[in-house]
Amino acid sequence: MSTLSRDEVARVAALARIDLTPGELDRLAGELDVIVESVARVSEVATPDVPATSHPLPLTNVFRADEPVAPLDRDEVLAQAPAAQDGKFLVPQILGEEA
Amino acid sequence: MSAATGADSPLTHMPASELSQRLGAREISSVEVTQAHLDRIAAVEPQVHAFLHVSADEALATAADVDARRGAGEELHPLAGVPIAVKDVVVTRGLPTTAGSRILEGWVPPYDATLVEKIKAAGLPILGKTNMDEFAMGSSTEHSGYGNTHNPWDLDRIPGGSGGGSAAAIAAYEAPLAIGTDTGGSIRQPAAVTGTVGVKPTYGSVSRYGLIALASSLDQAGPCTRSVMDAALLHELIGGHDPRDATSLTDPATGYVAAAKEGVSSDLRGMRVGVVRELQGEGYQPGVLARFEESLEALRNAGAEIVEVSCPHFTYALAAYYLILPAEASSNLAKFDGMRFGLRVEPSEGPVTAERVMAATRGQGFGDEVKRRIILGTYALSAGYYDAYYGSAQKVRTLIQRDFAAAFEQADVLVSPTAPTTAFKLGEKLDDPLAMYLNDVATIPANLAGVPGMSLPNGLSDDGLPVGFQILAPARQDARLYKVGAALEALLEFGWEGPLLRRAPELTGGVA
Repeated sequence: MSTLSRDEVARVAALARIDLTPGELDRLAGELDVIVESVARVSEVATPDVPATSHPLPLTNVFRADEPVAPLDRDEVLAQAPAAQDGKFLVPQILGEEA
Repeated sequence: MSAATGADSPLTHMPASELSQRLGAREISSVEVTQAHLDRIAAVEPQVHAFLHVSADEALATAADVDARRGAGEELHPLAGVPIAVKDVVVTRGLPTTAGSRILEGWVPPYDATLVEKIKAAGLPILGKTNMDEFAMGSSTEHSGYGNTHNPWDLDRIPGGSGGGSAAAIAAYEAPLAIGTDTGGSIRQPAAVTGTVGVKPTYGSVSRYGLIALASSLDQAGPCTRSVMDAALLHELIGGHDPRDATSLTDPATGYVAAAKEGVSSDLRGMRVGVVRELQGEGYQPGVLARFEESLEALRNAGAEIVEVSCPHFTYALAAYYLILPAEASSNLAKFDGMRFGLRVEPSEGPVTAERVMAATRGQGFGDEVKRRIILGTYALSAGYYDAYYGSAQKVRTLIQRDFAAAFEQADVLVSPTAPTTAFKLGEKLDDPLAMYLNDVATIPANLAGVPGMSLPNGLSDDGLPVGFQILAPARQDARLYKVGAALEALLEFGWEGPLLRRAPELTGGVA
């Protein structure tokens, strides 16, 4: 398996929407490379005949009763928002200039 | 050390089971008990820092209400009036909840977790929210965004993690009961290094609704206490089916208290106790192994049959866990983006778009360990690497479940040391993530398979620090933990002439 380069960490951090300082990037690249090398040993026993398990309980299609319940109080929710206006969350520009 | 049981003991040093009895008999009031704990918190918090928020007014109001209702002859829950501390990863309506992260600083949830609803409905005063590694990522509570917690046994040492605050609060007599959450050992490992009891129930036994999710297929809330009986009482209160958690088991949370009573009153004849060969030996402190052998001898003397079992894939559990957990966490933590709650940071230069605000907010709001794991998880799930990393880890999970299934055909419970070492010094492993991860080597397999586990104190190592004994049971057989745990606890405490915790140095506190 490949080792984790500084450029690769920068690319993945961008995918995860986390700004990193150059110093953080240097340190994380070194640490993550060691961790990735260590955890890669899972492939030693993960042969094609072994099925994957994603969850400890074999559950499918669990539904609760289809009954209306009270939603969270809107004002209480919006009081915790970084910004709100007219009963809605106020967020920064989402679309590009051309939109 | 002064004796700390019986009629002379201060209210803070009584087991919850005894507080429950005395409250029920109206020998003491909940206001007295709650105030005694708030006083203790005020006295020792400058040294311990187990709490991120203390809710004195709310706790006393609940206590007064319970006293009034009990005085009026109302039938109340047995634990009504017994105070409790709640890990800060559990949302509490009206009480600040941060999960130990700066990104949630000042957030006050608009709803209660199901287990908090149960605590409130039963009338347990909530003393406050306990410190933890940020978003439960860590084994020392040093990754908290609000400063570390100190181990009451030695203030220069870690209290374990991620639930170091809950364990330390229990060990320092700041609370008789606390809630923890365990994704890879965050209830059991702190219990081990603080000389307290911690239980990770079967996955699905306690509702996850209102837990700030770390890894949804691994997370499970459970009790942190000073005795096995107290853990059983608390587990029965918080467990049971919840329609708001699709992974909640339909089993009723009953029989734990009865099992603990049975463990004390009867012997262990017919009980097969399996020693997991892979969870001892290299990397385990000699003092930890010596206490483990002594506990096996005690169980044998009580009539249990000790057998050795092998779980060969447990040696891959740590590697699988550090792929599965970061993968799930990278998804779960995507919601902390500065849009709807918590911190919002605008980029210092360039256009203020939602995407750039998200990256700036997460860059500033998350600590090092959280960034490390989110990036690791994103990498493990990314195109070209998914099969090699996340896919392989999921196969290891199958192999570990098969190991458990085979072992539980030979034994009714499995046992091991809870953690390879006693509490290490603050700062000792902070710069070496892999060394920190190794603390969880014995606790992680249970989370991967969803089986229940308990840690209880089984002595002091050569360094004078507490050691934990882990018991694991098959899924939905949590009662076995309480039976074997209570039996071993009674045998050990007979030898020690009282609880191990009584040997901890007395915290003098700021005002004592």
